[in-house]
Amino acid sequence: MAALPPYTTPLERAWHYGFRFICACIFIFLILPILVILPLSFNAEPYFTFTPGMLSLDPEAFSMRWYRDIFENEQWIGSIKNSFIVGFFATVLATFLGTLAALGLSRANMPYRTLIMGILISPMIVPLIITAAGMYFFYTNLGLAQTHLGLILAHTALGTPFVVITVTATLVGFDHSLTRASASLGASPPRTFFKIIVPLIAPGVISGALFALITSFDEVVVVLFLAGFEQRTIPRQMWAGIREQISPTILAVATLLIVFSIVLMTALELLRRRNERMRGIRPS
Amino acid sequence: MRRFLKSSVYATVGLAALGLAGVSQAADSLTVVSWGGAYTNSQINAYHKPYEAKTGVKINSEDYNGGLAQIRAQVEANNVTWDLVDLELSDVIRGCDEGLLEPIDHGILPAGDDGTAATDDFLEGTLYECGIGQIIWSTVFAYDASKFTGDKPSAIGDLFDTAKFPGKRGLRKTPRVNIEWALMVDGVAGEDVYETLSSDEGVDRAFSVLDRIKDDVLWWEAGAQPPQMLADGEVSMTSAYNGRLFNAIFKEGKPFEIVWDGQVWDLDLWGIVKGTPNLEQALDFVKFSTDTQRLADQTKWISYGPVRQSSLPLVAEEMQPHMPNYPENFKTALQNDFEWWADHQDEMNERFAAWLAQ
Amino acid sequence: MAQATLDMGVITTVDGTPLKTKLRQAERRNRLRSFGLVFPLLAFIMISFVFPIGDMIFRSVDNPVVAQHLPRTLAALENWDGQEIPDEEVFSVLAQEMRVAAEAREIGKVATRLNYDLPGSRSTITKTARKIRKIEEGPYKEVFIEADKDWGETETWSKLKQVGERYTISYYLAAVDLQRDATGNIISQPENRQIYVPLFLRTLWVSLLITVICLLLAYPIAYLMATLPVRYSNLLIILVLLPFWTSLLVRTTSWIVLLQTEGVLNDILVWIGVISDEGRIQMIYNMTGTIVAMVHILLPFMVLPLFSVMKTISPSYMRAAKSLGATPSRAFWTVYFPNTVPGIGAGSLLVFILAIGYYITPALVGGRTGQLISNFIAFHMQSSLNWGLAAALGGLLLAGVLALYWLYNRVVGIDSMKFG
Repeated sequence: MAALPPYTTPLERAWHYGFRFICACIFIFLILPILVILPLSFNAEPYFTFTPGMLSLDPEAFSMRWYRDIFENEQWIGSIKNSFIVGFFATVLATFLGTLAALGLSRANMPYRTLIMGILISPMIVPLIITAAGMYFFYTNLGLAQTHLGLILAHTALGTPFVVITVTATLVGFDHSLTRASASLGASPPRTFFKIIVPLIAPGVISGALFALITSFDEVVVVLFLAGFEQRTIPRQMWAGIREQISPTILAVATLLIVFSIVLMTALELLRRRNERMRGIRPS
Repeated sequence: MRRFLKSSVYATVGLAALGLAGVSQAADSLTVVSWGGAYTNSQINAYHKPYEAKTGVKINSEDYNGGLAQIRAQVEANNVTWDLVDLELSDVIRGCDEGLLEPIDHGILPAGDDGTAATDDFLEGTLYECGIGQIIWSTVFAYDASKFTGDKPSAIGDLFDTAKFPGKRGLRKTPRVNIEWALMVDGVAGEDVYETLSSDEGVDRAFSVLDRIKDDVLWWEAGAQPPQMLADGEVSMTSAYNGRLFNAIFKEGKPFEIVWDGQVWDLDLWGIVKGTPNLEQALDFVKFSTDTQRLADQTKWISYGPVRQSSLPLVAEEMQPHMPNYPENFKTALQNDFEWWADHQDEMNERFAAWLAQ
Repeated sequence: MAQATLDMGVITTVDGTPLKTKLRQAERRNRLRSFGLVFPLLAFIMISFVFPIGDMIFRSVDNPVVAQHLPRTLAALENWDGQEIPDEEVFSVLAQEMRVAAEAREIGKVATRLNYDLPGSRSTITKTARKIRKIEEGPYKEVFIEADKDWGETETWSKLKQVGERYTISYYLAAVDLQRDATGNIISQPENRQIYVPLFLRTLWVSLLITVICLLLAYPIAYLMATLPVRYSNLLIILVLLPFWTSLLVRTTSWIVLLQTEGVLNDILVWIGVISDEGRIQMIYNMTGTIVAMVHILLPFMVLPLFSVMKTISPSYMRAAKSLGATPSRAFWTVYFPNTVPGIGAGSLLVFILAIGYYITPALVGGRTGQLISNFIAFHMQSSLNWGLAAALGGLLLAGVLALYWLYNRVVGIDSMKFG
């Protein structure tokens, strides 16, 4: 880090380091809860605290037993499968619908833009408990409660705002002369779409899709209301575990989910950089 | 207009959904709902597995925490996905009153091993219009013996006495049993508890006793929670279902002690959800699981008493002292008054929820 | 492409239509095309999201049960003055309707509905219904009063009349701790039932507190991130984004592990001797647990908007202020801080909106005292099954959230919402 200039007064110096210390504490607050889980999930004992063996780094005190537990347990395997099924289809649907809508919303002549945008973003804003209660009656009446389809549709609705927002954001800086240039050079509209628009909005679409995926992957309130036994997802299974018997298996699942989010986050970061390169934005 | 709009929305979406939602539950499976954990486990071993082996019908075992809420939601929404539910007696009575449960003809129940007709073989008060009894269970309280070096809790009053026995308490998040205990602690004799509760003053009195420990209670909902809370040291004493404690003590070797004083016992019964598409199968399962052998088998896994006279001799000797109805345990037992609860649970639940929130 | 030719002062295209018309047509086509792109999602959200919520909220005024099962009794009570209990005629009509309802196993629903407005009346109805099924004919008045003395009270009857209304405001009244007395005046609920107004206030207060704490924690780190060189700040951004991307349940689990009585934090405190083994602190399953976990979960929503605003503030502003003689604190408060207000507004509104509707975290770590309004909506949805009250509470919450959302849109603009 940059050294302090020589003319700083002792008070400024104290403030400078004091401030850094406060920030460090806040960062620890942010990150500690996530880090503390990782070693504990390898605990050989069924406790949630660091055993003396763990503190002295005795290899005997660590084990993979809770990870084995996950993959030997039918319910966990089922829930992992369900999470991926629901997450995948909801993401595909949300990305498709959301991207189309964002393309429409970004056109200069979109009527009632603010109102429509407001409605499309609302699933992100309305408290989940209200969404879940409403969907519960609706999907039950349609016979879609306790089906995978019902859950997929519900998660699609919850995921679309993220796609709309990220794709719209990509389109904000979109230079429309590019499409006109393409058209004037004789490209058909589909060709223009696939050769010009798609590559430019792709990063926004993909990051929107990742947000939709993580939303579905993390959603539990709607699942609590809509899912039956056959549709239990990972968060639903964790919910039951936390409420009833918080075993270290939960910590092992949590660790896997943290790894999963790190992977998604890295993917997103790479996309962001690519996006900036493509648009010629130099990292500021 | 609104109605038209509503029905047309349902109609269009319904049509669209119909084609996609075709894959519903296969007809050769049965969803049986019970209380989870060690108790469901005992049922899986004693009922589900042999039934699956015998008939090839797959049994999906689902967990809940009691009450009629989900059943009512399913019946009113016309979306019945549970077939058979393990219910408390007051819920059977109420569910029957509200048309949430199918009436069950007692004539279909098999006779006892000794040939006694089913209606005579079942203990008195265990067969109802919409419910067939399985077990007697009770709510007791327990403590971690390793945490108390001096005096040990021995009477129901000790659960409410945080001065004598410091530490957090675990109680089920429902007025049931708690308000009965509160009055018993306050000196009301067991037989007068429900009469006292029938007056507003009695209810006030019960809640004022609960007030004493309100700030020291951690509330549990699922039956598996209290043994866990006790093991984790989150509470020093907790109410719990006796079978769960038995499981923790004898199967998992936890140093817990059960206090039987003031136990409140109840029945668990099978109820069939009104409008289930698998009615015949469900009835068949009820017949199978409540025969003499099956009810006796269940006691191998958990310490709940069977409701058939003919099952009693088949219960292993060493299990007897852990049953709620073992004479030594039963001295100060109180039976949950199911009619009182069927009538008053709404107001008690509401009062309790308000009390908790304040 | 329309080609304009000049002809008689009116600009027309080659086929002779005025250019104005042609342009308007093109414009309309374009608008339709734009709308066509948005339509699938709009239709989907309207059908699968807006409509279901509207339908659910409608339950807060919908009140069909009693009107459906006791229509003749209600008709007979139409002209009842409420002064004395009704006469035998009304009793016998009610008896007949109750008998029919009891045989159809519907009487429980009527009883449940009446019980919402008149606590304790459930047993009045069910007991009486059981009795009526046993007798063949009247006179019923004595039978009723013998079954339950409440039938001799005018309050029972006036409440019965009230719950017979096809549409009702009583759920909304109950949601703000009010009720109607026998004569229809609006009065407050008895003291031991007044829970929702305090609960709404508590929810608002807690959300505000969480917002303020988030702001206090987010401001310094956003400032640090905005002022550090990019290679350092990128690393810090990851530290903010990682919790943001980590599952809510994972983070809640972590807090349980950290804060429970036998948890990591208490162990450390015991180990370094701050507290004794018996004196472990209750930090979770109460309001503290709810606040700590929710601050942690919502903090990134505050940091990110603040950071994106601060990034745009040129460091030269501060240098200019200082070179003009301002002390560092004066430079900060008069120059830097006012520039960050848009970020503060965006972050605070977002955190506040998300906090007042929170359900999961309070449910898992809130214990008895850390519950918020959403938890009670869930309670009435899933346990007490008082769906009308759940809908009324939900309606009030939704109205509040939508008002804030509108404000957010006015102040910040939803377009500028960004993640990551």
